[in-house]
Amino acid sequence: MSDPQQTLRTALYDLHLELGGKMVPFAGYDMPVQYPAGIMKEHLHTREAAGLFDVSHMGQVVIKGADPAKSIEKLLPGDIQGLETGQMRYSFLTNEAGGILDDLIVTRRKNDLFVVVNAACKEQDIEIFKSGLAGEATVEVLSDRSLVALQGPKAADVLARFNADVATMSFMTYQELEILGAHCFVTRSGYTGEDGYEISMPSDQADMICRKLLAENEVEAIGLGARDSLRLEAGLCLYGHDLTEKTTPVQGTLLWAIAKRRREEANFPGADVILKEIAEKPAMKRVGILPEGRAPAREHTEIADMDGNIIGEITSGGFGPTLQAPVAMGYVPFALSQPGTEIQLMVRGKARPAKVAKMPFVEQRYYRGE
Amino acid sequence: MTKKYTEDHEWISLDGDIATVGISNYAQEQLGDVVFVEVPEVGAEMGKGDELAVVESVKAASEVYAPVAGEVTEVNEDLEANPSMVNEDSEGSGWFAKLKVADLGELDALMDEAAYQDYVKGLG
Repeated sequence: MSDPQQTLRTALYDLHLELGGKMVPFAGYDMPVQYPAGIMKEHLHTREAAGLFDVSHMGQVVIKGADPAKSIEKLLPGDIQGLETGQMRYSFLTNEAGGILDDLIVTRRKNDLFVVVNAACKEQDIEIFKSGLAGEATVEVLSDRSLVALQGPKAADVLARFNADVATMSFMTYQELEILGAHCFVTRSGYTGEDGYEISMPSDQADMICRKLLAENEVEAIGLGARDSLRLEAGLCLYGHDLTEKTTPVQGTLLWAIAKRRREEANFPGADVILKEIAEKPAMKRVGILPEGRAPAREHTEIADMDGNIIGEITSGGFGPTLQAPVAMGYVPFALSQPGTEIQLMVRGKARPAKVAKMPFVEQRYYRGE
Repeated sequence: MTKKYTEDHEWISLDGDIATVGISNYAQEQLGDVVFVEVPEVGAEMGKGDELAVVESVKAASEVYAPVAGEVTEVNEDLEANPSMVNEDSEGSGWFAKLKVADLGELDALMDEAAYQDYVKGLG
C-alpha cells in the first residue's frame, strides 16, 4: 500500500513540497494532507476567502459516441439526456443489487461527455465504461490533464482576474476557457459547500497556473484534511465510507439524483431493487449526526438507541471547524432517521448522547446566478 | 524536578511522588489543532503503558499512555473548555493528569530532555 516506489505523484508534487505540504499516501497518490497552517486554519480560510486544492488524483474521462448521454444511462440512474450542453450533474454507477460502485460528475459537452470519477475507483470505472459502452462509445482517459479546485466566497473574484467569463457561470455549468494561455475546462462546482470552480488544465501548465493563483492575496493551498472536514460539514458523501457497493442510493439518501423519467424507465443497473426500496422505504438510512459536547465520533463508531441496542454505525465523523463542534454522518434504521431523534454514540466504550440532524451542517453557498 | 520523555512523546515531570503527564511539543505539532481531550477519572489505577488520555485533532484521535504506573490524583479540567491549550503550551498549562507514582524507579528507563531531542531528530 504505502510502498513509495508505487506511489504516484501529481504534476503539483514539487509545489506541495515547496509549500511545506505534509504528504501522505491517498488512493495510490502521494498527496498533501495539510500544509503548515494546519487543517483548522485551512478549513476556515476556505470558508472565508479562497482555497486551492490539488484533486489531480481523480480520474478525468471523456466518453464519445453517437449519443453518449443515452449510452451512459445504461450504467447509472442519473438524467444525463436531460442535460443541456454545458450542464453537469452528480450521479453514481450502480450494480445489479442496487449498490453504488462509485459516485461521479457527468458534464454534457457539445459532442461528448466529460466525467470526473474518484481516484480510488477510476480503474474500475473506466473498465465499466469500456465494457458497458462497447460498440457505442469510446472511453478516453485524460491522463495529461491535472485537476484543481478553487473554492470559497472569493473564488469567483480571484478567477475572474484570469478570465472574466467565469463570473457569470452558474453552479453546475461548464465552459472551455483560456487561463494564462492554457486551454482549461472550467466548471462552477466543488465539494466544499462553497461557491467555486474545478479547473481541468494541461498538466505541463498546472504548476505555473497554480503558482499564479496562489500569488493572489485571497488564495491559500489547502490539503486533503480540510477537504474532508469541509465536505463533511456540507453533508456531502465520501465514497468508500458513506457510500459503498453495499449501500443503495435509497439508503444513501440520494434519491434526488434519480429523476422521475429514469424511475419510470427503470433501465439502470439495480433498478428493480432500488425502485422496490423506494416504495417500501429502506431498512437503513444515511443521516447527519450531531454529537453533544466536544468529543468527535469517528468512522466505525457504533450508534445505539436510547436503550443501548446497537442500531448502526458512523461512516464519517470528525470535528467541524466552522461549527466548532463535532459532526458526523452514519446509517440508522429508517424509523430513527427523523432529525431530532435522540441516539447514543459508543465512543471508547462510553455512550455519549447525540441527535440525528439535518444536513448540510453548514449552509451551502453555491452561485445560481443573479 | 525531574522531567522525562517517552518514545510515544509523553512527558512526565516529578514533584515528590506526584508526576504530571502531558504530550511533548513535538507531539502537539504532529497532531495539529487539538479539539478535544478525554482525561481519565480521578482515582483510576494506571499500569505503565495503559491508556491515560485521548487527544482528538480535527483529523484523528490519538492515545496518550501512562509513562509509569500510578493512581490518577488530578486531571486538567481546563482542557474541556480549552483543548487548544495543548497546542499553545503542551509542556506547561496543557498537561493532562497527575499520577501518584507507584514505583519511582520506573522513571529511570525514560529519556531525559537531551536524549528525547536526539530521538525526535532521528525521526526526521
